[in-house]
Amino acid sequence: MAEQIFFFIFAVLAVGSAIAVVSFKNPVYSVLSLMVCFLQMAALFVMLRSPFLAVVQVFVYVGAVLVLFLFVIMMLDIRKARMDQFITGGNFWAIGLLGILIIEMILIISKSRLTSITVSSELRLDGGVREIGEALFTKYILPFEIVSFILLVALMGAIVLGRKELR
Amino acid sequence: MLLTYLPVLIISGFVIFIATFVFIINSIVSPKKPSSEKLSPWECGMEPIGEASSGHFKIHFFIIAILFIVFDVETLFLFPWAVVLRDIGMVAFVEMFIFIAILAVGLIYAWKKGALEWV
Repeated sequence: MAEQIFFFIFAVLAVGSAIAVVSFKNPVYSVLSLMVCFLQMAALFVMLRSPFLAVVQVFVYVGAVLVLFLFVIMMLDIRKARMDQFITGGNFWAIGLLGILIIEMILIISKSRLTSITVSSELRLDGGVREIGEALFTKYILPFEIVSFILLVALMGAIVLGRKELR
Repeated sequence: MLLTYLPVLIISGFVIFIATFVFIINSIVSPKKPSSEKLSPWECGMEPIGEASSGHFKIHFFIIAILFIVFDVETLFLFPWAVVLRDIGMVAFVEMFIFIAILAVGLIYAWKKGALEWV
């Protein structure tokens, strides 16, 4: 019962801050709202019994990606972007698509058996870090090493693109 | 079970409360008599010219942030590795060193290209 109350608090805050992200005129405020949203997501991950994912969420998204977002926003001319609408007269289409999306989600939720799912009490709270590690270092060796190559490419790409400014 | 995470919630609640409390108390209690001398940055470095968003922001910050993300993700993979290292043994050990070595290439590249220097 208490769990459901906390879930609703986190869920409402997450949705509210997500709405704030798209409705703020100042992109810096949007990024800060996105930070609130990501923190609520981390809380929801804890409630789903995967604290490792929650830590990843805080560590990578709140800690690093949002800083990157802030820097990107600082580099763009936000005062110009703030004035422009995305598409002129795009509101009509946006509201139409939103309506379709809401109907679709209601249909999916009503057809699924979400309400009948019960959380088994056997779930442990160490977040499956051991399971993740075992899978990562025995079964998925190649994808794991490819991750490092992708990170390397990202690093080098950023340096190559920014080099003109550096020197 | 989930109660073990309650202290985390309480601490974050306290942090948010104290931060907002300080702001609110500050805005209520502090006297506000602005004058042009008070509002000018006195011996605080250069006079600001416009906002940071109007083209005065260096791309170098972006490169530093990318470097940070890359090594952040690398650190993240060390957590499950440290947990299972004893069970899996030498294979996982070598594997992680290959992973780190590949990323070290990136670090050396950044170093050689002067991305770590503040110009």
